[in-house]
Amino acid sequence: MITRFLLSNMDRRGFVFLALIAAIGLLVPLANLLLPAGSPFHVSTATMSLWGKYLCYALLAISLDLVWGYCGILSLGHGAFFALGGYAMGMYLMRQIGSRGVYGNPVLPDFMVFLNWGELPWYWYGFSSFPFAMLMVLVVPGLLAFVFGWFAFRSRVTGVYLSIITQALTYALLLAFFRNDMGFGGNNGLTDFKDILGFNVQAQGTRAALFAMTCVMLISGFLIARGIVSSKLGKVVIAIRDAESRTRFLGYRVDRFKLFVFTVSACMAGVAGALYVPQVGIINPSEFAPANSIETVIWVAVGGRGSLVGAALGAVVVNWAKTVFTSGFMAPYWLFALGALFVFVTLFMPKGILGTAQGWWESRKRPAPVPAPEPAPAE
Amino acid sequence: MRILSSLLRTLALAMTLALMPALAFAQQAAEDAFARLSADSFSDTARAIDILVQSAHPNAAVIIEALADGRLLAGGGAVAVKTKEGGFLDARTGQALAAQPAGASPVRLNNNVRRVIQGALGGLGLINPDPGKRVAAAEAVFRARDVSVLPVLEAAIAKETNDRARRALREAQAAILIAKTDAPPFDRIAAVDVLRERGDQDALATLRALPGDASPGLREAQARAISEIEGKLALWRAGQNLWYGLSLGSVLLLAAIGLAITFGVMGVINMAHGEMVMLGAYTTFIVQEVIRSRFPGLFDWSLAIAIPAAFIVAGAVGIAIERGVIRFLYGRPLETLLATWGISLILQQAVRTAFGPTNREVGAPAFMSGAFELGGLAITWNRLWIIVFAALVFAALLAILKLTPMGLQMRAVTQNRRMASAMGIRTGRIDALTFGLGSGVAGLAGVALSQIDNVSPNLGQSYIIDSFMVVVFGGVGNLWGTLISAMSLGVANKLLEPYAGAVLGKIALLVFIILFIQKRPRGLFALKGRAVEA
Repeated sequence: MITRFLLSNMDRRGFVFLALIAAIGLLVPLANLLLPAGSPFHVSTATMSLWGKYLCYALLAISLDLVWGYCGILSLGHGAFFALGGYAMGMYLMRQIGSRGVYGNPVLPDFMVFLNWGELPWYWYGFSSFPFAMLMVLVVPGLLAFVFGWFAFRSRVTGVYLSIITQALTYALLLAFFRNDMGFGGNNGLTDFKDILGFNVQAQGTRAALFAMTCVMLISGFLIARGIVSSKLGKVVIAIRDAESRTRFLGYRVDRFKLFVFTVSACMAGVAGALYVPQVGIINPSEFAPANSIETVIWVAVGGRGSLVGAALGAVVVNWAKTVFTSGFMAPYWLFALGALFVFVTLFMPKGILGTAQGWWESRKRPAPVPAPEPAPAE
Repeated sequence: MRILSSLLRTLALAMTLALMPALAFAQQAAEDAFARLSADSFSDTARAIDILVQSAHPNAAVIIEALADGRLLAGGGAVAVKTKEGGFLDARTGQALAAQPAGASPVRLNNNVRRVIQGALGGLGLINPDPGKRVAAAEAVFRARDVSVLPVLEAAIAKETNDRARRALREAQAAILIAKTDAPPFDRIAAVDVLRERGDQDALATLRALPGDASPGLREAQARAISEIEGKLALWRAGQNLWYGLSLGSVLLLAAIGLAITFGVMGVINMAHGEMVMLGAYTTFIVQEVIRSRFPGLFDWSLAIAIPAAFIVAGAVGIAIERGVIRFLYGRPLETLLATWGISLILQQAVRTAFGPTNREVGAPAFMSGAFELGGLAITWNRLWIIVFAALVFAALLAILKLTPMGLQMRAVTQNRRMASAMGIRTGRIDALTFGLGSGVAGLAGVALSQIDNVSPNLGQSYIIDSFMVVVFGGVGNLWGTLISAMSLGVANKLLEPYAGAVLGKIALLVFIILFIQKRPRGLFALKGRAVEA
């Protein structure tokens, strides 16, 4: 019921969201590049990069909402896909440094020279090519999600068990990427980037282009996700969320639907990570930390699970609040606020900001609404 | 009568005559040693020590000990010992001196001289009346391998009566003989055997240090002994790793068993479980602080007091969480997971605000510090007690579940919540009590962990994922599953460590569990029947 209700409203809300992102993607870079620094409408490069980061998180939140909000798979390891996409981009950026590194080695990144590595490991081959690296941004997280999902969904691992093993997955990757022997820079990760496609990563113009690109990918991600959830396939996916066994008994191959959505979602998270790295300037193993993945879940929950716009909104709102909180005298209390947010949202706003606002709006329009019956829990 | 007395006189004279050269020789040797000590040359000092030991000078022990401490003064024809109290003794006679002899300065040492001193002290200790001292002296000789002690050593072996001391002496003799190139070959091969029987790291090092002159027979014996000792040591190492594994397993068991109970009964993964462990550890800290400042005599009882305190604190917080948050989220396990994660952040930050972000010092009572050796195993008391504690907690939980009415009701709710409710069990109350029990047990784990880990606000975080793995691997609704799971993960972790390294071993285990869950989605010991779908 709720889902149908949301879907019927999705068009208008989705349209507003798309227009907003498109406008931001166009106007913010222009305001940054064309307006003089003194103008009240000028957007500084730092602010633009900060908001670029938020929009990357928004894309990550949409990808998570796709699996959690629509398919009922609570992944506590989506940060792993995000980080893998980021690492793929980081590897491309590392290769672009060339001989400008501290050690001046034309082939090996600095950390490999430092560790006395003789030659480039095989899995670094090809990353000097941008198209290949972009392919890997999709393929690496997608492949991992496919293999992981193939095993997990076929053997009907669901609910809390699935959440825990996704967490184990990202934890295992965290430990693995911390090792220097892995060849991904160990503890320090990949950083000190110079060029992307021949343009200086630090330059204002490149930053503006990256911001615009983030908006483009956010829009694409939104359209893909929305295309999936509003198609017939999406209806089956929602059915799986609400009553998995029943859907299976109706003759649908539940595992295949889940696998498809999970893989698409992982690719999307990888793209978000790839856009995040050049704007932030570093990728290190801490992105794999299980806590990060759980935080992503709370963005979705805050904004409104089962609503793509809500997920994006939640990501931006929570991260903006985090920036405001952690930069002032309130810094020690941020974790209290974040923790309280988890408890408050799950207890009092199970539909998130957007769902709650919508319910409030509806109840004003129609004084005595028939409360929609809660969908039965999946398991 | 006359005859007798003359006979006696003759005898005494003969004895005096016979002893004369020996005494004179000893006297002369000692004089030589004192002259050498005054020469202030390292090689002379070393030689002087040997002479003092061999001539059995009555003051030898005092002189050599003083030399080792830099309290031996020589020069200007005098050799004096400065006592620890600051007085002076004449080294020759042992009589007190009024003041420091003029022109005497401390005899200097270098590493070679120190080594000789060590051996000499060993040699002197070999004739100590206390068997323990003799063993210690023999060990010192074993390490120093000073050839000059050999005669003393052999004399000591000849009159040794204590078995343990005799063995130690023989081993010391063997260590010297094996390096002594002019010793009879048969003796050296016998020495290899003695070392092989000793069979520890020191024996291995001694055997490896065999000089290059060895005959083929000796070489062969040495190679055989080395490989045998290495095999034995490898076995002990495996045993040691097994022990470490059991120790880690018991820690995992303590951390995870409360989680297993709450998960089993309520189907809820409590993300704040790690923080309950942390609260238990901080409760231990507070108890110890109070005891330190008010009742210092009770310090050895601090853990015994902390155990109920931690159980009550963590259990109360657990019940508060259940009544305050979780009961509103029944039937929504994923939301519960998120809310408890939020609670864990709040608890962590609260503790950080109250106690600071740094590690807190929790002391160990006397019975938990130190270690002992069992064969080739080094066992620390704190690890041993934690294993015992884990076993006790496990047994107590098992008893609660099987023998008490509350346990009966808990099991009923685990198996079929609705039916249990229909039978008149107040499931809400059982949930709260279960959550309190699980959290209280986590608090107990905190008491144990405060002894082996850093007590910091992040304590719980480092155990929570491991605890999940234990619960998921073992399956719910069965404490034995948790026990087997914790022990096998702990042992597997420690056995993998020497081959793969700590991090890679852990990754391998995580991957294994991820794959295992595919095979058995509900863990090792899953509940069967309708409960699974509930």
